[in-house]
Amino acid sequence: MASSAVRHRAPGLSGVAFTLVLLGVAASLFAFGRWLSISYAFFVGYVVVQYIVLGTAWNILGGYTGYVNFGITAFFAIGAYSTVVLYKLVPALPLPVMVLVGGVMAGLVGLGTGYLTLRLRGVFFSIATLALAVVVQTLITNWDFVGGARGAYVLRPRVAPLIGGDYIQYLFLVMLGLCVVALMVARAIERSALGYGFAAIRDDEGAAEASGVPTLKLKLIATVLSGGFMGMAGAPLPYYVTYLDPASGFSLNYAVNAIAMPLIGGTASWLGPVIGAVLVGGLQEYIRVTISSAANVLVAGVLMVAFVIAAPEGIVGLFRRKRR
Amino acid sequence: MISGLLLGGFYAAVSIGVAISFGMLDIVNIAHPAFILLGSYVAYIANTVLGLDPIVAAAIAMPAFYLLGALIYQIYYVAFERREDQSLRGLSFFFGLLFIAEVTLVLIFGVDYRLVQASYIGPSLKFGPIELPLRLLVPFGVSMAMVAGLQLFLSKTFLGRAIQAVAQDQLALRLMAANPTRIKRVAFGLSFATAAIAGAILIVIQPVEPSIGREYIGRVFAIVVLGGLGSFAGMVIAALSLGIVETLTATFFGPSWAPAVSFGVLLVTLAVRPSGILGR
Repeated sequence: MASSAVRHRAPGLSGVAFTLVLLGVAASLFAFGRWLSISYAFFVGYVVVQYIVLGTAWNILGGYTGYVNFGITAFFAIGAYSTVVLYKLVPALPLPVMVLVGGVMAGLVGLGTGYLTLRLRGVFFSIATLALAVVVQTLITNWDFVGGARGAYVLRPRVAPLIGGDYIQYLFLVMLGLCVVALMVARAIERSALGYGFAAIRDDEGAAEASGVPTLKLKLIATVLSGGFMGMAGAPLPYYVTYLDPASGFSLNYAVNAIAMPLIGGTASWLGPVIGAVLVGGLQEYIRVTISSAANVLVAGVLMVAFVIAAPEGIVGLFRRKRR
Repeated sequence: MISGLLLGGFYAAVSIGVAISFGMLDIVNIAHPAFILLGSYVAYIANTVLGLDPIVAAAIAMPAFYLLGALIYQIYYVAFERREDQSLRGLSFFFGLLFIAEVTLVLIFGVDYRLVQASYIGPSLKFGPIELPLRLLVPFGVSMAMVAGLQLFLSKTFLGRAIQAVAQDQLALRLMAANPTRIKRVAFGLSFATAAIAGAILIVIQPVEPSIGREYIGRVFAIVVLGGLGSFAGMVIAALSLGIVETLTATFFGPSWAPAVSFGVLLVTLAVRPSGILGR
């Protein structure tokens, strides 16, 4: 349990209290959205929260262990397409179950890819994930059951189950719940022996291995968790877009955003991806509305390059440095 | 089979830049295919606006690409290599470049396929029953000439040997009072210059749109890893074999399966023999 793992280096709230605070924030966000009762707010909120989940998922592997996963779209799309498959087979299945299935599928792919390539230098893993995205896209483009290159339609129910109101509210709520889980897991990892193991791998893998850290096992755990959360983040996507084709499901934007947001926010803590996602996601939405939809995708790329050059510790790092 | 061989020859041109940057300098430039596409569009503009032959245009553009590469290496060196922070942020840096290059091309040219005009694009040479389309044969020749030229440069000239020395042992070089950074800048610039040529022959072989660069990332790294990181001979063998296997796959299973081949090759190589076919 995370609450028992409070140590000297882990000040602040215990795991339970942290979870309660997160739930409180999530609930008030949702209540605020309800009070506004503008669908647009939910559509934007969904995207931002989705990126918090994606960024956190990427950060579990990239930020904590230092292994760069470029195949975000592969895991994300596996989640999305597993929903399409389930929708065609058992349309009555509740969305949270679909999310879980999507997560398990993506986690398994992460396990396989990781097992084959994680024993080598980190760059090989990165290159393999980059290629993985292309291959999963090829497979799905050739798979007629899920629409192939033409894409698939998913009908969004008109009314949300359980809570009533527009269905987008339900989607937002599911994503919000997922976000709470992802942040809880990320913070618990940071404060557990697992997190110290990850940090040891990131700082000096050879030394970690020599002092008895089971590096391959830890790396696989990180890859599976990371891939699983990416899959879960992608699972509700078909209901959000209602029409999913390989070109949009595998859009490079997802990958760039999911990497840029933790790097901009700061990779060392769970807070980094949240800050990055809120800032960049909000900025992108603003630019999309005011300037053009083409320019908004450039933002993440340019900001990412600027931050890795000028502020390698991200925004969180800028504040930390001042405090020390 | 023969068209696969010719295609493989073209892959060699695409991969040689990465063979230099990744194989010899240990800089994981995953943005290389995006800059190849930049080369394609330079050739496209020169061809449609000035009526130049795309390959001639690329040869003219090479110095500009060389400078761009040298500039990018300088940024990379100051921001990452000197701080010994290459893996996470260095990779993200190139990923960002890849994305910026691709989106910029989309913003300027849109996502329509573009193609060029040249005298050798239509006709074929016929040797009995075998028909060789010139649009594959010319790129094959150009590519092989470029690989051979670079091989000669690396083994015969002083600067080329210095680059090979950097690839082998940087510390030793520094101890001998040579400056590895300057040499690496030259080599990285060269790897970018090859992207101009590779881009021009890419647009001769097929119409291009900005996102097809991504298909080449897996291919290029599969070839370079399979070829044994930095060995040109190994790279050419790997490129030719991949071209043949992809063509066979396209013939028997349909062309949309071809991109998956390189990933299979890459995974198997990494799992079984990470040092490549001609690796040490």
